[in-house]
Amino acid sequence: MDLGKDLVAASATPLVLAILAEGDSYGYAIIKRVTELSSGHLQWTDGMLYPVLHRLERQGYVAAKWSSSENGRKRKYYRITKQGRAHLDAQRKQWQVVDGTLRGIWMKACTA
Amino acid sequence: MTAFADSPLEDQIAQWRSYLRRRQAIHGSDIEELEGHLREQLSALTEAGLASDEAFLVAVKRMGSVDALSGEFARAHSERLWKQLVIGSAASDESASAKTTNTETFVVIGLAIAAACAIKSPALFGVPLKGHEPFYARNFSLFVFPLLTIYFVWKRGWNLVHSLWLALPFAAAAVFANIFPFRPSSDTEVLTALHLPIVLWLTVGFAYVRGRWFAEDGRMNFVRFSGELVIYYVLIALGGGVLTGFTIMMFHSIGMNAALFTHDWLIPCGAMGAVIIGSWLVEAKQSVIENMAPVLTRLFTPLFTILLLAFLGTMAWTRNIIKVEREVLIGFDLLLVLVVGLVLYAASARDPQAPPDFFDRLQLLLVISALSVDGVALASIAARISEFGLTPNRVAALGENLILLVNLAWTAWLYTSFFRGRESFAVLERWQIAYLPVYSIWAALVVVLFPPLFGYI
Repeated sequence: MDLGKDLVAASATPLVLAILAEGDSYGYAIIKRVTELSSGHLQWTDGMLYPVLHRLERQGYVAAKWSSSENGRKRKYYRITKQGRAHLDAQRKQWQVVDGTLRGIWMKACTA
Repeated sequence: MTAFADSPLEDQIAQWRSYLRRRQAIHGSDIEELEGHLREQLSALTEAGLASDEAFLVAVKRMGSVDALSGEFARAHSERLWKQLVIGSAASDESASAKTTNTETFVVIGLAIAAACAIKSPALFGVPLKGHEPFYARNFSLFVFPLLTIYFVWKRGWNLVHSLWLALPFAAAAVFANIFPFRPSSDTEVLTALHLPIVLWLTVGFAYVRGRWFAEDGRMNFVRFSGELVIYYVLIALGGGVLTGFTIMMFHSIGMNAALFTHDWLIPCGAMGAVIIGSWLVEAKQSVIENMAPVLTRLFTPLFTILLLAFLGTMAWTRNIIKVEREVLIGFDLLLVLVVGLVLYAASARDPQAPPDFFDRLQLLLVISALSVDGVALASIAARISEFGLTPNRVAALGENLILLVNLAWTAWLYTSFFRGRESFAVLERWQIAYLPVYSIWAALVVVLFPPLFGYI
């Protein structure tokens, strides 16, 4: 199933923030986690994650830091900030409203 | 980063990187981040059993098209497209670590003030600039290069303890610059003043590349940095000259003589501080004039080639020979330095993968004509060197001439093999980079050995 472009774009921010809320991470691992969580339905173009991350960094929702990984590679690690957690909470509430509304109307359609 | 043993794959990655680099919206650190991603994807795919070229195709496809990617980056960093010159907003996303722009601004201004204080500090101990010019000439690089090194150690987030050994060359330089009993207005003293900065610049380079001298791209980046710093420094110096002129003119109009202030304070302090400020500008605004040195190279390579060919032609036509005067060797040294610079900056901006083009042939022509001109000059000097005797100036100039000659001769050879398809351009680039320490080593020899060898004359 292919998701619409706009929906993918809209869900990117809460998804990235939620993954970072689980623990600090870096680009490649975030992509892997998204694929895993959506059982492969949510396919991002890998490169597109980075502009999203940089935008979040600029908005102050995440903080980034270069450090070297276990095999000596230099990696940019991202960490969610306090502000980011607050934003994630707000996003969650908004998505719950959308989700609840859609669920309501579809339940009605099913039962009707 | 893990390198792949498979060199075609490394070449493909390098090419992909150079495509990205051409996009204004994607900066160096972003490319590094994306490349890290690509490499992880590649190793995951090859582990899953794909051949390396298949893995590369899949990984690049998943990364997304470069156009779309650069569009997204531009949207996320809209200010980048304006090649912003406003201090403050630019460096924020450049900073590799969590260092904010504000801290960096304070550090830089602090270091610039420290450099200005450093140049004035000897005056506190009864060694004012006026009357002690030789002391200042010998030591000027010691006032500012250590501070520049500190800046890079800080900026690169280098462990302070690991970087402490960088203090050693500076300490040694301070000893050798001041221990020798130079005679008044001696040649060896002038040589020390000219060569010490070349030695110490290598130390700054070590700090710049974070001590990883042999790491990929590090030294070439330092070469680029040096070129851009020179351009920035000249621009700042022009501005400083205008400022000085106005200061003197305006105070003169109200019957005051500001020359004392400008000559004792403004010019020396400004000259020192500008090194730090210029370096910072190059670091922070890399994208603004990233291509300035290569552009100048492209502009002047043909012009200098014409000059050299015209010179050779005229000499052959008129049968005039080079008049060997005292300083003629130094003039030809400078010519070779210039040609090496043109070659170096042309190489720094070139895509190593690209096949030979017209400009490469022009470069070879430039190198060969410079070699011929220098050969002619050397021949006429050699004939009369015994007549002049071996002064320190002449030995230094001769040594430098030989070092540059070796570099250019081998460069010409590598260019020829490159045109014949026997070598890749990367070999030429590597040769130029590997040669860099030779200049500093020779300069160190001049500083350390020449004064005692020639009796401090």
